[in-house]
Amino acid sequence: METTYREAMRTAIREALLQDDRVFLMGEDVGAYGGCFAVSLGLFEEFGPERIRDTPLSESAFVGAGIGAALNGMRPIVEIMTVNFSLLALDQIVNNAATLLHMSGGQFNVPLVIRTTTGAGRQLGAQHSHSLEGWFAHVPGLRILTPATVEDARGMLWTALEDPDPVLIFEHGSLYNLSSELAEDAGPVDIHAAAVRREGGDVSLITYGGTLPLTLEAADRLAAEGIEAEVLDLRTLRPLDDAAILATVVKTHRAVVVDEGWRSGSLSAEISARITESAFYELDAPVGRVCSAEVPIPYARDLELAALPSAERVVAAARQAVGGGG
Amino acid sequence: MTAGKPHARPPADAVAAGDLLRQMLRVRRLEEQCVELYSAARIRGFLHVYIGEEAVAAGIMSTLGPEDAVVATYREHGHALLRGVSAGAILAEMYGHVQGCCRGRGGSMHLFDAATHFYGGNAIVAGGLPLAVGLALADRMAGRSRVTACFFGEGAAAEGEFHESLNLAALWRLPVLFCCENNLYAMGTALARSQSQTDLALKAAAYELPAWSVDGMDVLAVEESARRAVDAVRAGGGPHFLELRTYRFRAHSMFDPERYRDKTEVARWTERDPILTLRRALEETGRFTEDDWNALDREVAAEMAAAVRFAESGAPEPLGDLQRFVYSER
Repeated sequence: METTYREAMRTAIREALLQDDRVFLMGEDVGAYGGCFAVSLGLFEEFGPERIRDTPLSESAFVGAGIGAALNGMRPIVEIMTVNFSLLALDQIVNNAATLLHMSGGQFNVPLVIRTTTGAGRQLGAQHSHSLEGWFAHVPGLRILTPATVEDARGMLWTALEDPDPVLIFEHGSLYNLSSELAEDAGPVDIHAAAVRREGGDVSLITYGGTLPLTLEAADRLAAEGIEAEVLDLRTLRPLDDAAILATVVKTHRAVVVDEGWRSGSLSAEISARITESAFYELDAPVGRVCSAEVPIPYARDLELAALPSAERVVAAARQAVGGGG
Repeated sequence: MTAGKPHARPPADAVAAGDLLRQMLRVRRLEEQCVELYSAARIRGFLHVYIGEEAVAAGIMSTLGPEDAVVATYREHGHALLRGVSAGAILAEMYGHVQGCCRGRGGSMHLFDAATHFYGGNAIVAGGLPLAVGLALADRMAGRSRVTACFFGEGAAAEGEFHESLNLAALWRLPVLFCCENNLYAMGTALARSQSQTDLALKAAAYELPAWSVDGMDVLAVEESARRAVDAVRAGGGPHFLELRTYRFRAHSMFDPERYRDKTEVARWTERDPILTLRRALEETGRFTEDDWNALDREVAAEMAAAVRFAESGAPEPLGDLQRFVYSER
């Protein structure tokens, strides 16, 4: 059946609530409002205010409360409306969720799932357009998921809830209306392996989350020029699937990393470094990168588009990688 | 609150008071041991001792049941000890030994113990408050009648997490006992130099939860207030807030030259030493003698000596285990 990313995520939350009494959803406007992006629409009416819990605008307190509830037997899903607001909860995520298991010598694990919207592209200005998932992927103790397909929106949540440790799910705002066929029996999916979304032998385009659609579009355009690009969707930013990254580079000998984060100190830098470390002699061209321009994301449409990765820029980077090789 | 002469009201129950004295003395001797070991370079990192503030932890812990939960700060050796973590496991932790309560991964500021529901040991001021709210939320949702006692200093009242947490706990009527250990200084910054409203109970009461101040140098007063508050929280009365007015006799940490406070101020407060005060009050009842004190002191000294031996005899985790406990082992 044809399903949107938003509906798939909602189905996943609903299924979790039905299957496990310990699961509840908590966050700003998840209940009576129906969710800022309408992901939880209708769940408040179905499950009531105890399990679809509207919170005050207190990111630090309700994320910390999610950690405490997770420590004490629950399986909370905490929704932070957008990644921009997650900065107000960084203390709880980085100082508590990520450290308690280790500091306690293995005694206290935190089975918490945090969902948040990330990314730019909707003319929301600098404070509503951050792509900070790469920051979080820097932190040991966290698992970072970036569902980019309807199947992953449907399937990653349950697996994340079964994980004994904190999992952050970054949902790119441009993906909610993405629609595709979803099998009736679609269910949980793995959260450790990257996925090849398109096979190709000439260049590897490595991406995740919100930039997967434009990367696939770039691959189509490249195919029209006779360049077969392989598209690797990382799916999980921490821990990275090193084997899958290595495998595609060994196959194509050329790589372009597409990442909506800023280039400096970014996830794309990490991937490029890992390729260099583990597959340097496989490379026929320098690793290319398509990232956001190093500016706070501007409001004006043309400026915003110019700042963000685009299919055109991916095509250009891929051409350079292929043309520049031996 | 200013320091005055030793409080000597007669304890109503000499046996219970004797136990409080014993618990306070255990904390005192453990902390003295820590300072000694730190000076001998057996313990490293930051070390914050609780000397002078023992009545707060002793009075409150005595009112909690074994199922209740505790969240504390980086000045938490005493809380851990009185919660039931052995002095040996605490010292071994500070030694960085695998025999420590957190295998040496946490250290002085991060003591944890699942068996006694001791959730740390948090070195971010106010960082434990949201956790306590969540622990209580889970208890409420699961229908358990457990109380979560959350300790923090008066410095935390300047942090956003304090306000967010009190609001959330009161809004959802969660079973949390907020225990504000007001020792007058956030590291070296006096309360009046950092907060516009210095009446912390009043500040808390703005969130519509019962809140009052207690003489934190009087363990019997602390115990009495804590019992009233814990009973009310357990009975479904929602969160309660206690401001415990106390004083830290020693420096903030081992690195603190104490430029910010007067020696005479310290001396005035030292006269109100909670251990000395209770000892005198007990002696005045005629049912506690100098011999009893000496016996108690010897017993506690023996406990601490054994704890040091335990810590000394331990060993660090093998380096090959470095990357354990980042993610759960399955």
